[in-house]
Amino acid sequence: MSFKLFNLLVQASAWTIGISAISIAIGFLLALVLSAALLSGKALYRRPAEFFISFFRGVPLLVQLLLIYNLLPFIGLNVPSIVAAIIGMSLCTAAYQAENLRGGFESVPRGLVEAADMVGFTPRQVFLRIKVPIALRLTFPALVNEAIMILKSSSLVSVVGIVEITRMAQDLASSTYLPIEIFSSAALIYLVICWSVALAGRFGERALPGGAK
Amino acid sequence: MIFDPNVILKHLPEIAAGTGVTLALWIAGMLLGVLIGFLVATARRYGGRFIDLPLGLVVEVLRGTPFLIQIFLVYYGGPFIGLSLNPIPCGLLGLSIYASAYYSEIFRAGYAAVPHGHVEAGECLGFSRFQIIRRILLPEMALIVMPPSVNLAVILLKESAVLSIITVPELTTTVSAIGSQEYAFLEAIFLLAVIYWVIVEAAARLGRFAESRFSTYRFSTP
Repeated sequence: MSFKLFNLLVQASAWTIGISAISIAIGFLLALVLSAALLSGKALYRRPAEFFISFFRGVPLLVQLLLIYNLLPFIGLNVPSIVAAIIGMSLCTAAYQAENLRGGFESVPRGLVEAADMVGFTPRQVFLRIKVPIALRLTFPALVNEAIMILKSSSLVSVVGIVEITRMAQDLASSTYLPIEIFSSAALIYLVICWSVALAGRFGERALPGGAK
Repeated sequence: MIFDPNVILKHLPEIAAGTGVTLALWIAGMLLGVLIGFLVATARRYGGRFIDLPLGLVVEVLRGTPFLIQIFLVYYGGPFIGLSLNPIPCGLLGLSIYASAYYSEIFRAGYAAVPHGHVEAGECLGFSRFQIIRRILLPEMALIVMPPSVNLAVILLKESAVLSIITVPELTTTVSAIGSQEYAFLEAIFLLAVIYWVIVEAAARLGRFAESRFSTYRFSTP
């Protein structure tokens, strides 16, 4: 296997990383809304959020991607497949991240909230200065894990025709008859990406306030 | 969307067969994964550094790469090293290997979570290593590993949909084929999502029920 083939796989990894990063970011914003709905205490908001989360955690990502890929043109949205892929991945990761965030908000020590109330923080200040920073800090490890899961799951967008690492490897393997070399190289590239994220996560964990020094 | 229930009724036997393949692959893959995972975790614990390090590396590689790539490697790469497998055995092999890596980590954590004093107590009473594993570590571990195992089981059920890409005749393959055949792809995928949702929800509830039954016998350690 030549260096040129390997290089093509490395170039394709830009798509893997790009799609994953955008999906994680959009998913995070959606997850904030979902977790707020879960914690609102109003059934009107909670029920739809629970329904959404249950669906996107209960159906395989592959099926979700196929569903969205076929649903969008049906409702008159003719978007490029990359958009369908990002929507699918974002919705899926939003469901998982929302559960993490809910856990984070629920683990904020009550005493800290009460203390802030005592010293005269407004509810808004309690939320922005106590709850949000602590909850985000608590969910950071879960966020890193989710990022790694999404990086690996992004291999599934190859089925809707996006030439990221997996699709590139498939194309190269069928044209060169070197499946072992090509797929092993693809695996190696995924490993390097995932390990880098895990390592960065560990550094971040230590650098953030409250980390083990 | 014109949803014709007759189409579903007409293809009910095929859908049932596809569901059967999915469930069979899932359960077999899970059992093999638990078995191999347990052996790997045990070998890593008792086998010394020269077994622990290479096995640890394999586990990390399996956990750090997409399931789809692993499947492709076995399915398309296999024939080049004399391993020509049909889709179903190939899918089972891929699913078991993938599962075993994650189960081995669960068992490793389980071994580590059993209080050391219990093992020492066994040693003091003259238990052999095998007896310690069978009489002390395994029963205590069973409770500890239950919740993450149930979690992983649900993940595996969903991952099994990926096997459709190498044409294993499971649920996803079957229902999407019906969709193309009947020119109702969107309806078929929608049905597929609902079937998975129901099965996954049922599996998760069953798992939670098993957990609650198990935890009745939970020992208390201060």
